[in-house]
Amino acid sequence: MRVRFESVRKTYRRRNGIEVEALAGIDLVVDASEFVCILGPSGCGKSTLLLIAAGLVPPTAGRVVFEGTPAGHPRTAMVFQEFALFPWRTVLHNVAFGLEVRGVRRAERVERALAWIRQVGLAGFEDRYPHELSGGMRQRVGIARALCVDPAVLLMDEPLSALDAQTRQLLQVDILALWERSRKTVLYVTHNIQEAVFLADRVVVLSRRPGRVREILYVPFGRPRTEDLLADPEFARFCHRIWTSLRDEAQAAMQEADGGS
Amino acid sequence: MDPNAPHTFVVEPRPEGRGERWNPLVRTASLGAVVAAWEVVARSGAVPAVFLPPPSTVAMELARMAVRGELARSLGLSLGRIGLGFLLGSGAGLLVGTFAGASARVEAVVDPLLSATYPIPKIALLPLLVLWLGIGEASKVAVIAIGAFFPVAVGAMAGIRGTDPLLVRVAVSLGATPLQVIFKVRFPSALPVIFAGLRLAAGMSLLLVVSAEMIAATAGIGFTILHAGDLMQTPRLLAAIVVLSVFGILSTWLLQVLERAVVRGRS
Repeated sequence: MRVRFESVRKTYRRRNGIEVEALAGIDLVVDASEFVCILGPSGCGKSTLLLIAAGLVPPTAGRVVFEGTPAGHPRTAMVFQEFALFPWRTVLHNVAFGLEVRGVRRAERVERALAWIRQVGLAGFEDRYPHELSGGMRQRVGIARALCVDPAVLLMDEPLSALDAQTRQLLQVDILALWERSRKTVLYVTHNIQEAVFLADRVVVLSRRPGRVREILYVPFGRPRTEDLLADPEFARFCHRIWTSLRDEAQAAMQEADGGS
Repeated sequence: MDPNAPHTFVVEPRPEGRGERWNPLVRTASLGAVVAAWEVVARSGAVPAVFLPPPSTVAMELARMAVRGELARSLGLSLGRIGLGFLLGSGAGLLVGTFAGASARVEAVVDPLLSATYPIPKIALLPLLVLWLGIGEASKVAVIAIGAFFPVAVGAMAGIRGTDPLLVRVAVSLGATPLQVIFKVRFPSALPVIFAGLRLAAGMSLLLVVSAEMIAATAGIGFTILHAGDLMQTPRLLAAIVVLSVFGILSTWLLQVLERAVVRGRS
């Protein structure tokens, strides 16, 4: 299972008729079982790239090719920054939603959903409603819901950005553990350098809008990784090296935003 | 002492307010007080009994109507008209509102029609409906159905259209078909707004059944009120009004129970 982005472009038309170029030709290959983080300043179109891969937004030009998609599996499933749980459904029925709309029998979908609920550490919370859960627990539900349909590629759009720093770190470790067990192909968007380096095999640095690939870095740290890595001076040095590359872009992006867009 | 000198200020615990607890008591007491005052004024002879009979007389009249079976008969008729009209109207409103809210194409057709006809006072349609459907039950049920249709259609349309687009996106990304998006995402998300429409529709139905029965009926609660007024049977008139208000309270309560059973997962 490989995903190839071939010169993917996206141009939005704003309400006032002005065209905004979000992505200016993205070329990228994500290999099977690879964990790729897409890193970029805010508003660089990195979320748009995921939406295009998910088929939720069509590209203006270029294409995304899924090579060797296994039969019977959806190509993608997505985890959203805002969790986006169905508030009227319990944890169990949120997680089972994808199987439900795909016509999987009730007994089987409940069994598979319960297995994923256990995997993300929410055993005992099956019958709770989203508003009864903390932010970290809600996003665990979001992750279980996406994994439950067993997608060929897991797309994660800043899944931890809405969480507090401590919860974020706990979930990073859990996401890593989940991935090491399943070896799913993951495309993960973030603006957090440490998060990207801690999780990814490769970090793709995008430029500010219109987004283009500025740099692709192989993360040199072996697996399995533990939280000790975060205290490693090499880790800090590597993150800093990315920051120096990103800093000017981030600065410019911030000033563009201030200038009123 | 120098007012600008530094001084010590202490934040201490203080007793919590407990106003909430006797609130229900005040509510029942206020209602009781008004009824008692009414009884006293009516019995004092300051107001002729034909204008304001005391509540006890109204209660006796109500009991008499119940014993003679008159209450069951007229209430049954009115309830039948309301029930049928409300079900037909809100059912149609739900259907139209749901699809108009979900599809821009259907909305383009339906919305101008709704906006143009919503402001018509529905009781004004009764003579036309009598012309079309006759003076029997059909015209009264129809006017109630029309009255119930609009608030439910408008509520459903707004609720369905107002569904968080992110939830729709999630559903599509997990493989939901357009129909599944409507019934598994948009509809449940719109339920609270739909219930607001149903409550309005219930009030509208009650209003219309009484009006319609006053204009074109020989039985029913509305007819009883008008007839009692014509004959200056004030206790009977007031008893019928009490029945109506109890019915209004009950229908609101019933919808609340239904809403609590159906709308899930909100704090």
